This record gives sequence, structure tokens and C-alpha cells, in this order.
Amino acid sequence: MKQSVGLLTIALLLVSASGSFAQDAALVDAAKKEKKVIWYTSLAIPSSTAFAHFFMKKYPEIDVEVHRAGSQRVLQRVMQEADAGIKNVDVVHTSDAGHFTLLKDKGLIMKYVPKSSEPFPAGFKDSGGYYYGLRATLSVIAYNPKIIADKDAPKTWKDLLNAKWRGKEVTAHPGYSGIIMTHVLALVKQFGWEYFQELAKNKVHITQSANDPAGVVASGERPVGVNGAEYFYYKTLKQGNPLKIVYPKEGVPLVVSPTAIAAAAPHPNAAKLFTEYILTKESQQVLADKEGLYTGHPEVTYPKDKPLLKDLKLLTVDADELQKRNEEIKKRFTEFFGA
Amino acid sequence: MPVSETTTAETIREERGFSLRGFDPTLPVWIGAALFVVFLMLMPLGSIFVTSLYNESGLSLRNYLDVFTEPAYLKAIWNTLVISFWVGMIAVLIGALLGWLVTRTDLPFKRSVRALVMASFVTPPFLGAFAWTLLAGPNAGLLNNWYRSLTGTEGALFNIFTMEGLIFVMAIYSFPYVFSMIANVCELISSDLEDAANILGANKWKIALTITLPLTAPALLGGFIVAFLHSLSLFGAPAILGLPAGIHTITTQIWAFFQYPPRLDLAAAFSVPLLLATVGFIALQKKMLGRKGYSTVGGKGGQKRLLRLGKLRYPALLLVLVVLSFSVFLPYWILLKAALSKAWAMPLTLDNFTWGNFSFAFFEYNDTQAAIVNTFKLGILTATAGTLVATLLAYITNRQLLRGSRYLVFFILAPLVIPGIVLAVGLFIAYTRPPIVLYGTVWILFIAYLTKEMPIGYSQTESTFKSIHPELEDATRIIGANRLRALKDVTVPLARSGLIAAWSFIFIGVIRELSASILLFTPSSKVVSVVIFDLKEEGQIGAIAVLGILLLAVSFLVILAVQWLVGRDVFMGRGRE
Repeated sequence: MKQSVGLLTIALLLVSASGSFAQDAALVDAAKKEKKVIWYTSLAIPSSTAFAHFFMKKYPEIDVEVHRAGSQRVLQRVMQEADAGIKNVDVVHTSDAGHFTLLKDKGLIMKYVPKSSEPFPAGFKDSGGYYYGLRATLSVIAYNPKIIADKDAPKTWKDLLNAKWRGKEVTAHPGYSGIIMTHVLALVKQFGWEYFQELAKNKVHITQSANDPAGVVASGERPVGVNGAEYFYYKTLKQGNPLKIVYPKEGVPLVVSPTAIAAAAPHPNAAKLFTEYILTKESQQVLADKEGLYTGHPEVTYPKDKPLLKDLKLLTVDADELQKRNEEIKKRFTEFFGA
Repeated sequence: MPVSETTTAETIREERGFSLRGFDPTLPVWIGAALFVVFLMLMPLGSIFVTSLYNESGLSLRNYLDVFTEPAYLKAIWNTLVISFWVGMIAVLIGALLGWLVTRTDLPFKRSVRALVMASFVTPPFLGAFAWTLLAGPNAGLLNNWYRSLTGTEGALFNIFTMEGLIFVMAIYSFPYVFSMIANVCELISSDLEDAANILGANKWKIALTITLPLTAPALLGGFIVAFLHSLSLFGAPAILGLPAGIHTITTQIWAFFQYPPRLDLAAAFSVPLLLATVGFIALQKKMLGRKGYSTVGGKGGQKRLLRLGKLRYPALLLVLVVLSFSVFLPYWILLKAALSKAWAMPLTLDNFTWGNFSFAFFEYNDTQAAIVNTFKLGILTATAGTLVATLLAYITNRQLLRGSRYLVFFILAPLVIPGIVLAVGLFIAYTRPPIVLYGTVWILFIAYLTKEMPIGYSQTESTFKSIHPELEDATRIIGANRLRALKDVTVPLARSGLIAAWSFIFIGVIRELSASILLFTPSSKVVSVVIFDLKEEGQIGAIAVLGILLLAVSFLVILAVQWLVGRDVFMGRGRE
């Protein structure tokens, strides 16, 4: 009995392996004929560019065109193009999960189940098979240790409200960045809008992208980042800049950034191959090693100097709620912070 | 004022009107050009008006109500008015002083001063604004760092992310407009009146204040209006300096209306008052400048003597250099430093030196190459088509080939009063849906640039045609050439330098354009200014500096090429109006 199960398993494995191999070869061929894939992404410019180059090294016949903008700006592009009947985008990736429920409702993304998505846990897969978490980003506090001594540095979200940080803080904008959109909702659920009303009193410098605060903090222009993409802070730190990252104990917003294929993709096969590729362990490991990102792939290992996700208290938000409250968040943020 | 003294042959032809025998075979060309420019203007403006009047429930003034009762939007309008007023004042102060010093006094190194004013004029304000974030960010800005290390204090000398900072940066890139207007007028004022005052015993300073200054008053007011309007229409500088401090202006607010879900109706309703305000200002300027009683500023006759500054010669030069260091030396230096260093705020030592920003900007980041190609393709295409159309139009109006040419001029010059972002709102609405879908291609940018640059191309070619007497053309036509042939073989070659100037003005205008491009681009039709703006949002300082230097270098190459071709300075001298 035991033996037969074992044989069956092996047989199944063989079948699926050879099957998938044949299918992959067909996909690769079809993708090569399309010659390129157009990727609208909110992954930081150096990271998305590097990522595209990895893909192009493996498939030199296929060119990846990277168009990077903030999550909200990516959505704006996709919707404007859809309205005008322009078919340009193949693969969409933003950090606002709400975008993907919207895109799915409007029929703008394609159902596709990549083989490589199998090992991912439920939180990284749309149950309908439309989109997948490409990466996970934390929104954290950071400060410049050349300017602020460790003992004085803010440790919690609430610490940021202290009036001693007036004129010293920088925030990114939820009207631009999906990471910050998620961040704001997560903290509003925790502390209410009063938190941001208080924070605004500190005359916070406003940048657009969640990646921008890293440079602002490192240069000392504003020594405290009240939010921002953890991976980009980490990358900036690794380049030798004066930066320290704080993972507040009250909880750290976790942003799972989905990727999907456009329903009207002009290069559908290249888009599928690209999606297959970016979810492989190999690629996900690249994201962790070179970009300092977290991923949903269970076998990926992380740099030793980064905390493990399971050791942090993570704050997550629901994609539907994010989509519904998108307008409210932008409006109230603008009301408090002025722009 | 048409200079044309019509010949008998022409009078006879015109009297025949449109009769078949006298049918001018070139007539369709003139009518075609005229219709084209009218269409170019009516499409976007019409779209804005129509859209602003509709909301979900049909025809209504609801959008206007929404726009003008929401405190955040009113605040943006107020901010814009305050900023533009002060930009106008400061630009007049600097522009008039420099214009006067260069034309009416014995200031040393005048040619270089003119060249540097031109460099300020060519620098895209968004690039200047970006450079100033590195120079005068309150905590990390290099000027503030110097100030702190010199004085030992903790405070900051400047904070560029404030209303004042924004006004400062916008003013130092608006003053060249005033400068060229004042310099033109000052070069026309003869010294007769000044001599008379001198005979009556007034000293040179009293003369400058009581004679020269009042004579330039209309130009000063005109300069204020031009600087005011220029500042009203800027998008990049307020976005880069205002938004971080929570300051919205009209242009950044219009841009924000485009975020998903887009509110085109509100954007349109918000654009209309801006449009009306600019039209009002232009009307005011026309009225002020059109007044009689300034005939001394006529031009011909009389000699001009330069005021001797005496002991003040070098202090005056120093003052000029300070102004120019704000708009040129310091920003260019910090851009170069940022382009060549790993960390822009650190000294540029061997350790900190890198070519990495160049290789990243040009070879790794794939947006750049396509954007560079798009930018220069559009620059060359628009400049060529624009010069061609402007030449035809200037010819029509100058030789009065069509009835109603006067009204045609209105359509040609109208874009002058339309802020780029408003034009873009109109084009976006007009050309994203059938019958004509241009959105998503570079052609919508081409149309935007062509429309926007038409007044400049037209004024250049028109003033050139004014100076060419129609006699030669008439001679050609008597021996059998039609008008187009005469234009091509006789007039255009004579107008060569004016046309080259028009071409290069349009080219430089196009490659630095941001406010219209920011709404009209799609990822497949990006241009360099938009890439710079994208990079700014992510704080990619090195790459921005590299692309900024590219834009500046190309602009200066074009200017040098033109000076070499034409043999004189066509940009900052007479003729720029």
C-alpha cells in the first residue's frame, strides 16, 4: 500500500514535470515571438530596472520595458489608457491591493495561474487566480544616527507625535504611493484619524514616493522618516548612508504588492512568461538578497541583519476596504497636511 | 501695421475678388493654413468649456460651484495669486535693473551678462527648482550647511520649501522676460530728453529717475504682467518646492484632478477662470502699452549715450553677478556636482567621484533612451512644422491675403495666454475619444507643442516679414511666379535669419516643456522633462542631474549653432517680443 502511494506520487510528479516542461517550452517560444513585455510597476527604479535585466539575461530575445511610477500614478495610467482604448501595458504591479480588486471588477486583468505561484501562501494569491503578491514591503520609521542619538530616537508610532520633531520629519504621500496608502489605513484603524491630525502639527515635509524619504533622511534634510518603504531604507543603508530602521512594537504595516496581467495585454505570452519568472524562487531570492524585500515564497532566505516577518507584529489591511476608503484617505491626508 | 504698398497689379487683382479669372491658385494654401490654426485652438478650448458645464446629471454649473466653494481649492487659487504677484514684482525689479544697466550704462562685461541672462532664460524652471532643493533645503542644503559651519548656529539661512522660497525660485527664472522687454525699450529711447534735462541742470541720477524710468513705465507694467502670467502657468517649480511644504497652486491642483478617479469636469471648471484671468491681463497690458504719448520711444533718430556709473561700476557688476549666481552659477554647479558624485552632499573627492549616474541614466534605466529620442524628435518636428506654419500665417497677415486676417491673429496669439496645463486639459479631453484619438501617441504632444509655440514662432517670423519690402516679390510675380513661389524663392531666403531664430526658439521651448507634457504623456510617449519629474518623485538625484545637464547642453549647442549661422545674437537682443 505504502509503496503504491509512493509510486503514484512519483508518477504524478513525472507527469506534471514533463507536462509543465512541454508547456513552458511552448510559452517560451510564443513569448520570444512577441519580443517584448511592457511592465508598469511601482517597484523602485533601481530595483525594477535590475529585475528587468535579470529576466533579459535569461531570455535575451525578450525586452522588458520598465515604466516606473508611484502606485496611484500607475493605476491612473492604466485607467486612462483603458478609457482611451489604448493597449499598451502587459503586466501591472502596484503596492495598493485595492487597485487589483478594482481592476478585476472592471475586467481589466486576466485570469492566469502561474505554475511558479504554487508554493505561495493564501495571503499572496487571489482566490480567483487573477493576481499574486510579488513582494511584501514594510512601512517603518527611520532616522539619521549622525543627527539623532539612538537613545533619543523615536521607537514607536506615537513617539513621532512629540513636538520635539517639529520640522524634522518626512512623510511620503498616500495619493502617490500604495505603500503609504496601506500604511495610513493600517494606522488609522489602530489610532484613528486623530493620529495624523496630530502628526501634521509637526510640519512634516511631504515627498511623493515611499522610496523618497530614504534619501531625505540619509542626507539629513529631515532626520526622521515617519513612514517609507523598509526595503528602500535598507538598500540606502547598505550603500553606506547614515540610516537606522525602527520596527515599532505597536505593529508594522505589511504591504503585499500584487502583480497581474492586463486583460488586453499586447504581448500576452511574454507577460505570462514574465509573471512565471518573477514568482520563481530564483527571482524571489533576488528580491530578498539584492533589494532587501520580503516575499511570499516560503523557501526564500533573508539577509541576517533583517528581522524575520514572523518575529514582527504585522498590521494588515483588507484589499476591499482599501479600495473603498481610497478617496477618503487621500482627502483627509490632504486636509491635514495641505497637499 | 502692414507695410505693404500695394502695386497696381495687386490692386486690380484684389478688386476682382474671387472671380474665376482672377482665381489665385495659391488661395487654398492660405485658407488651409488659416483653418488649421483656428481648428488647433478651438478644439481644446471648446472641449474645456463644454466639459466644465456638464456633470453626471447633465448641463449644470455644479462644477463651478464645487470648485469655488471648496476651501482647499480656494486656497490653491489664493496661493497662486500671492506667488505670481510677488514673482511679478521681483522679476520687474531685477529684470528692469539689469536691462537698464546693460543698455544704458557703461557696465563692464555687458556681452557676458547678456549671455548669462540668456542662460537663465533657457534653464527650465523645474530644473532650477530641483537644483535649489539641493542648495537651500533647510537642513541638508549646501548653502545652509556652509552657513552653519561659518556661524556655528543651528538654524537655516534659507528654507526653499516655503512660499518665499518658491517665489524666489520662480522670480529668478521669470526676470529674463522682463529683461528683454526693458532692454528693447531702453535701446529705443534716444538721449534727447535726457540731454534737455541735463541742460536744465538735473544730475544723471535725477535724469535716470525722472526721465528714463517714466519712459519705460509701460514696459515695466508689461513686464510685470508677462512675469505674472509666466509664474501663473508654471507647474514644475510649484510641484517640486510647494507640494513638500503642503502648498498647492492652481496648476498642481489641476494635475491632482487627474489622479484616479479623474475629475476632468472639475479640472475644466478650474481651468476656465485661469483662462479668463490671463485673457484679462493681456487685455490690460495691450491697453496700457497701446496708449499714445510715449512717442519718444519711437526708435529712429537721436543718439544714445551711456550713463557713466563711475565708482559704482564694479559694485553694479557685483550685484548683477549675485543675481546671476542665483539663477545660473549655483544651480549649474550643484547639478554638475550631483551628476558626478556618489553622494551629492559630500565634497567631490576622488572617493566620491563616479560615472555611475551617467551610465544608469543613459544605459540602465530604459525610460531614458526612448524619452531622449521622443524629445528630440518632437523638438525637431515641432520646430520645423511650427516655423513652416508660422511663416505661412505671418505671410497671410502681413500681406493681408485673406479677409479677416486681423481675427486670425487673435487665434494665432491666443495660446500665449493659455497656461500649458490648461491647454493640456483641453487636448486631453478633445483627443482621447473619437473622432480623433491622439492620446497615447507622440502626436498629441506634437499638437500641444505646436499650439503652445505658435505665438513665438509667429512673432518672430512676422517681425521679420515686416522688415522685408514686398517690391521684390512683386517683381517676381510680374514675371509670372505665383505667391507661393515668390514666398519660397524670394522672401524666405531674405528672412533666413528670422526663420532660423523662430526654429530654435520653438525647439528650445519644446525640449524644456513640462506643464503640458505631464498630463499628455503615456509610458510609450515619455519625454525627458517627464522622466526628470518621475525621477524627482523617487529622489533619484544623480540621474536627474545628468538629464538636466543634457537638456541644458543641447539648448546651448542650438544657441551657439544659431549664432554661428546667423552671425548675431537673436535671442536676447532686439526682435524678441
